[in-house]
Amino acid sequence: MTGPTEVPAVSVRGVRFAYPDGRMALDGVDLEVAPGERLAVLGPNGAGKSTLVLHLNGILEAQRGEVIVGGRPVVKRNLAEVRRRVGIVFQDPDDQLFMPTVHDDVAFGPAQAGLRDADLAGRVAGALAAVGMTDRRDAAPHHLSFGQRRRVAIATVLATEPDVLVLDEPTANLDPAARRELTEVLASLDVTLLVVTHDLPYALETCGRAVVLDGGRIVADGSTADVLADGDLLAAHRLYLPLGFDPARVGAHTSNATSESTSWRSNAST
Amino acid sequence: MTQGHPGGHGFDGLYMAGTSPVHRVAPEVKIAATVAFVFAVVATPREALWAFGGDAVLLAGVVALAGLPPSLVARRLRIEIPFLLFAAFMPFTGASPRVDVLGVSLSEPGLWAAWNIVAKGTLGVTASIVLAATTPVADLLRGLDRLRVPRVITAIAGFMVRYLGIVAGEAQRMHVARQSRGYDPRWLWQARGMAASAGTLFVRSYERGERVYLAMLARGYDGTMPALAGRRAPAPAWWPAALPLTAWALAAAALVVA
Repeated sequence: MTGPTEVPAVSVRGVRFAYPDGRMALDGVDLEVAPGERLAVLGPNGAGKSTLVLHLNGILEAQRGEVIVGGRPVVKRNLAEVRRRVGIVFQDPDDQLFMPTVHDDVAFGPAQAGLRDADLAGRVAGALAAVGMTDRRDAAPHHLSFGQRRRVAIATVLATEPDVLVLDEPTANLDPAARRELTEVLASLDVTLLVVTHDLPYALETCGRAVVLDGGRIVADGSTADVLADGDLLAAHRLYLPLGFDPARVGAHTSNATSESTSWRSNAST
Repeated sequence: MTQGHPGGHGFDGLYMAGTSPVHRVAPEVKIAATVAFVFAVVATPREALWAFGGDAVLLAGVVALAGLPPSLVARRLRIEIPFLLFAAFMPFTGASPRVDVLGVSLSEPGLWAAWNIVAKGTLGVTASIVLAATTPVADLLRGLDRLRVPRVITAIAGFMVRYLGIVAGEAQRMHVARQSRGYDPRWLWQARGMAASAGTLFVRSYERGERVYLAMLARGYDGTMPALAGRRAPAPAWWPAALPLTAWALAAAALVVA
């Protein structure tokens, strides 16, 4: 997908991280993500997935090794820039949506980046349009359904125009219809995508490549279809496909979602 | 208004949706007018019954204009009751001279003090009821911000509004979970279960606070909340703030007469 000389969107090298209680969350993680790539990070609960996510924008600092985003190491002096480039959508939209209205929440990130007036309004409008929530602009978050809140949470991050969009368990608590809508939203985005999940069919639907994280290490890396086809590998790492789900029979129409749809950014640009 | 999620108790304050002229006034104008009115009422000498009558007429006009049902205003006025109970004691306990009303000896200064609380309290509370019923909570916060209330204050109020409903929802779910396991404490000696729940709720809210803070950091939060309230309404939109001038005129007239 990418030329050899291209700077990786995200590069994680030998990252180790132990929590204060001594529990090793990341035990030497190596991972490269090319620009425009869609990567699923699979793993059971407690594998270190969320800890890895918090390293990608410097909320947690690697105790060993380094994280490089778009050629910039994630260190204190680069934090503002790194956080602009890497947008994280957290698991619980109620944590992500903290302002009184949808508009104010979506405007929070770009306003922090210094945008005002027409520029700010354009960003907000573009991000809300990208997730199909334009008509809920003035709603309070608690008036939205869970699926709508998830989409607004994504809009709050899109509004900062990240190069890399990271979603932590995006399908958690979504009903099938909301899950479907989320797939469409993700397919329409022109960004590098990292989807952290233990929802294996969803990984197959949205991401061409998958890695399996367990015990703080990457234990598998390959095309999502191949990874999911390896039943022994999945079982060894507490990952299970839903009953009757056969990745070999689904593969065809998925995993190339990037190319077909228009980029939201081109819609939103002034 | 779409469906909430189960347990998603929203906090909409006391807002009653509507399109009346009062609803359409800019929030900062309404806040300023309400505060000005309340100060005028407080400044009015308590003996000037006619001045309070004038204030009441003015307020009743605004209530009617806002299309608020009087029964709603009356219901919400109940919040005053504890203060009125306090006022009710004053005629019995106040100093002399005393007057006989229906054979009960009451203190004259006590009666005036009670009247003072009842009249000013009722007018002030009614004014706030009108403000709260015609202005969505988010707009109130915006109005305060436009009136240059420090953003730290409006941000704290905003977080409270946003998370009050969520914390209440968690409390409700914990209550249901307790009941489902056959524990429904009603008496003081059963307080232990409630206390444990309160503690758990505190820890959960604290943890949520940390997660919210992380989400803010991830979107570039640097210690200051962004200015999102927009600009203050232009001067012509401020004419409703002149309404309390009537109340001030009444107060001034009453002071002159006294």
